[in-house]
Amino acid sequence: MVPISYYLVLSAILFSLGVVGFLIKRNLITLFMSIELMLNAVNLAFVAFAWQWKSLNGQVFVFFVMVVAAAEAAVGLAIIIAVFRTRETLNVDRVNLLKL
Amino acid sequence: MLQLVLFFVFGTIAVAAAVNLLAQRHPINSALSLIVVMASLAALFLLMGAEFLAAIQVIVYAGAIMVLFVFVIMLLNAGAEERTPGSRVAMLLGFPAVVLLAGSLAWTLLARNPRPAPVALGGGFVGSPTAIAQLLFRDFLLPFEVTSVLILIAIMGAVVLASPPRTTAGAASPEPPAKRER
Repeated sequence: MVPISYYLVLSAILFSLGVVGFLIKRNLITLFMSIELMLNAVNLAFVAFAWQWKSLNGQVFVFFVMVVAAAEAAVGLAIIIAVFRTRETLNVDRVNLLKL
Repeated sequence: MLQLVLFFVFGTIAVAAAVNLLAQRHPINSALSLIVVMASLAALFLLMGAEFLAAIQVIVYAGAIMVLFVFVIMLLNAGAEERTPGSRVAMLLGFPAVVLLAGSLAWTLLARNPRPAPVALGGGFVGSPTAIAQLLFRDFLLPFEVTSVLILIAIMGAVVLASPPRTTAGAASPEPPAKRER
């Protein structure tokens, strides 16, 4: 039997890796993938708690998180395309002006 | 015992792929690493009796969302990321901050309940599609409908944002736009 704390620590590790990716990467698309990694880590924690308390509400919540992540990915990638169209770069250090 | 072995196998794969996501310079390699993370998380979901979520994780996350990512990477022809002074500063500050974050998270999770009781797998607790659907369409009907509206708005927003900018002819602005954004 796996103690729930193992799952929670794995979730914390994955979440922290997502944060470090968000901090050190300079590519817009990779930053976006780091956010997805953080969402996945939180999903793991939700499922672990649902398993611990024998309640399905946590799993339903993960379903909603996935829906929101899908919507976020669609809109975010559209924004990335719009940014690339005007600046012709994906480096966040070069996206430093509100107006061209 | 077998579950512990499976947990460590898939947990190690997930962490290794997440580290690889950070180490790779090219976005397409990062995207493929993220797919590995999602697949191993689906296996962990299965280990915790979340059958429906494991299937959804593979179909929606590793399937639909990551295809969208790979599609955009191909569309924009994204190359390897470049090093800038900002990225070096971020790397110097980012790693200690994250070690701190991971340490404090793990300490908080472990300190409250140093020896949580291990839970038995099974025992009738399986997140089958039937059980999830009964919750979703009975107790969580309103949030479910709201998410469908959210998806609709996201579709329209994506179409509006990603479509090429058009010249607004006439109606809104009397004079033609001075400088077309390109």
